[in-house]
Amino acid sequence: MTSTIAESPAPASAPEPKNEPAHSSVGSLILNFLTQNGILVAFVFIFTVLSVSNQAFLSPTNLTNIVLQYSYVLILAIGMLMVIVAAQIDLSVGSVLGLTGAVASVLIVRYQTPWWVAVLAALAVGLVCGAWQGFWVAVVGIPGFIVSLGGMLLFRGLTYKVLSNISLTIPSDPDSQGPAYASIANGFFNGILGGDGFDVFTVIIFIIAAVGFCVMQWRTRQNQLRYNQTVLSLPLFIIKLAVIAAVIIAFGWQISHDRGLPYILIILAFLIMAYTLVTQKTSMGRSIYAVGGNMLAAQLSGVKVKWVNFWVFVNMGFLAGVAGVVYSARMSSAQPGAGDGFELDAIAACFIGGASTLGGVGRVTGAMIGGLIMAVLNNGMQLMGFDESTRKIVKGLVLLLAVAFDLVNKRRAKTS
Amino acid sequence: MGDTILQMRSITKTFPGVVALDDVNLTVARGEIHAICGENGAGKSTLMKVLSGVHPHGTYSGEIIFDNQPATFGSITDSEHLGIVIIHQELALSPHMSIAENIFLVNERKGVLGFIDWNRTNAEAQELMTRVGLDENPTTLISQIGVGKQQLVEIAKALYKDVKLLILDEPTAALNDDDSEHLLGLIRQLKAQGITCIMISHKLGEIAEIADTTTIIRDGKTIETIDMGEPDATQDRIIRGMVGRSLENRFPERDVPIGEERLRVEGWSVNHPTQAGRRIVENASFNVRAGEVVGIAGLMGAGRTELAMSLFGKSYGRFAGGQMYLNGKNVHLNSPSDAIAAGLAYATEDRKRYGLNLIEDIRINITSAGLSRLTTATWINSDEELQVAENYRKDMRIKTPSVLHPIGKLSGGNQQKVVLSKWLFTDPQILILDEPTRGIDVGAKYEIYNLINQMVAQGKAVVVISSELPELLGVCDRIYTLSFGRITGELPVSEATQENLMKLMTIEKDEVR
Repeated sequence: MTSTIAESPAPASAPEPKNEPAHSSVGSLILNFLTQNGILVAFVFIFTVLSVSNQAFLSPTNLTNIVLQYSYVLILAIGMLMVIVAAQIDLSVGSVLGLTGAVASVLIVRYQTPWWVAVLAALAVGLVCGAWQGFWVAVVGIPGFIVSLGGMLLFRGLTYKVLSNISLTIPSDPDSQGPAYASIANGFFNGILGGDGFDVFTVIIFIIAAVGFCVMQWRTRQNQLRYNQTVLSLPLFIIKLAVIAAVIIAFGWQISHDRGLPYILIILAFLIMAYTLVTQKTSMGRSIYAVGGNMLAAQLSGVKVKWVNFWVFVNMGFLAGVAGVVYSARMSSAQPGAGDGFELDAIAACFIGGASTLGGVGRVTGAMIGGLIMAVLNNGMQLMGFDESTRKIVKGLVLLLAVAFDLVNKRRAKTS
Repeated sequence: MGDTILQMRSITKTFPGVVALDDVNLTVARGEIHAICGENGAGKSTLMKVLSGVHPHGTYSGEIIFDNQPATFGSITDSEHLGIVIIHQELALSPHMSIAENIFLVNERKGVLGFIDWNRTNAEAQELMTRVGLDENPTTLISQIGVGKQQLVEIAKALYKDVKLLILDEPTAALNDDDSEHLLGLIRQLKAQGITCIMISHKLGEIAEIADTTTIIRDGKTIETIDMGEPDATQDRIIRGMVGRSLENRFPERDVPIGEERLRVEGWSVNHPTQAGRRIVENASFNVRAGEVVGIAGLMGAGRTELAMSLFGKSYGRFAGGQMYLNGKNVHLNSPSDAIAAGLAYATEDRKRYGLNLIEDIRINITSAGLSRLTTATWINSDEELQVAENYRKDMRIKTPSVLHPIGKLSGGNQQKVVLSKWLFTDPQILILDEPTRGIDVGAKYEIYNLINQMVAQGKAVVVISSELPELLGVCDRIYTLSFGRITGELPVSEATQENLMKLMTIEKDEVR
């Protein structure tokens, strides 16, 4: 009788006592959390300091602007994370971003193509750039650093050629394709369900997101219990969910008071979720980590190393294309120098987010937090009126300190 | 002997949660060769790290008396200053520098204005090299000489530092018999020159041959110190001390009926990957049947690993001809993934380099070769994966608190069990095990042999490559010998002896056929 109960899909209460010894005291749990999520803690700290020191920082308009302004760096960081995990580097993404944005703009301005044709063309160009680099890395065996250093010059040169050395403004004339294209980065869902001073639709989407997150976490916990893994105790688990859900809804509430739900936020959320799943839950993702961790062992375990190297570069090219569209749409123009230096922002985001320079380590969510740290710092300092030079100095130091902090943390975790 | 050079008294060293050394005592007489034996994880390396100052004074309790002076080493430089030099298993040489440059690294021989005097450097290096019997040009790059010679460079370096106490951590683990013999001879010579030597080793035969005294450590405690001159200082006594039980038989019994032919290789040839036309494996033919353990005996450099890796989806060198039949069917495997899909598994001799992803946890390593068995359509079933890893942890008795622990922290024996788990999870028909017990202790070896028996009992076919002949004689049904890339003999185990195998393994190229 009892055995049949135990076999039924785990009632929450039954396996609970079995895991009791695994729960540790609240104090040590907090300490554990701090050491394992150092970067997240740093982000929360920076965010809090900025919110306190500047009234405008938490305002609906500013939060929306952060999303709009830094989305392309986050998109680049997703792809870069996978490149770095595979123990490669891609220095060409800024140039690819410039080139893809240029191609899309030229199609819209000079050839009056529909906006979606321009987008598809930009993505295709991104894929081709990625495949070009992937070929040299995977087939010929040249290190990604060199290939992409070449690519950085090559694609920048092509950007100049495509734009004939001048910047190209995407027309705002309502009869043209310009406004539709620009709305990719500047458009909002607003007023679909009405609302008084705030957009009901936006709030509902965020509530759905928060609930969805909680349901997924709950299911994961149930599964873990079924396989007798250690889990957070129920009260702590509920507190954790409540805090995260509150943050999600609060963020949604704030931006619903501005222009509504940015299209770009949906694109970004989709990409983050999709790539988190790819890296954590698929064989392909596992292969990237295996190649970065020990290439020889991965090869002998049947991982197709060449394909993995090829694929991460193709994927990076694709995402650089997405970022190129977003950036040119946001600027409503294509400049020959667009995206110059963005590769360094993307790389910095990955390393701040805990990726290893040796490969094999790093997570998409980490890179996103790393990117957000840079974004929030930049934005906060702009609000406070710091000039470009100060901002660069601070960002440089933050990159160094964040990685040092992470290293020290890990070293301490290792000795204990 | 009388004069003691080193005394370590009541050394206790704890790491958070673990007592690594518990009241360990070690007394080493001046001018002797002192062997330290113990299973992996027994605390030998920790003891040597305490002695050499890697774990500085203050992080352990107890005292060290060296040369009648209490020693408090703050770092490895302090101990080297007094003439204690440790040579680690993983050699610390810079591969792209010459022998002479390596010997004098950080102590460059300088001439006018403080610039390096290359003539002096090379001349002095040559002197040291002669002392260790290393017949090479001092300007030869480290990467161009074999492990055996690299070991000699390390010793030359130690001699330069005016070593009084030389500590060698498993010096012969990676050496073939010739090189080992040379090294042991050198250690005896150094002894004659008054240099004391502490040697950590798993090779009991070697210890019996060379050591004056043996100290056995188990679970962080000194078990006993044996004077090897005594008549009852037998290998069995050492084993008993190391594992805490007597190993009546070092090889478990097996009674498995031998079935159908699983793998047949005909005329297999492999060329060197970069040197065109250089044959590494020449016209090799052999077969393995279900339920059978077949050994491949060969010295280092005979082409054993190269043959195995080439069979495993052509992962070594350039394929130069030959046929392979699996269950009687001719197959062409062009990549490791083809080989895995065809039911082949190859567990490498160099698990750190080719076998494991050391930064990942145990679970991910176990499932890394058979991941397709855990994926439904696209997604990996992580819960199932954990269950699989957990099952292997239990079945293989991998000693770890959790399969989510990083694999780098496990001992060699346990890492090897993870490698075997990884390959068993691909559900292979034929397993090629390359030096499956290299660098692991007696107790774990026995467990690995047991696992081999279980594999053949399930009808799998196993090929064991080893340079330890007693091991091959203990576990195999049939043994092939390999010399200079050619199969030079095939013997059923009943007819094989160490002597006749060795004879076949050393047939020179022109003598073949």
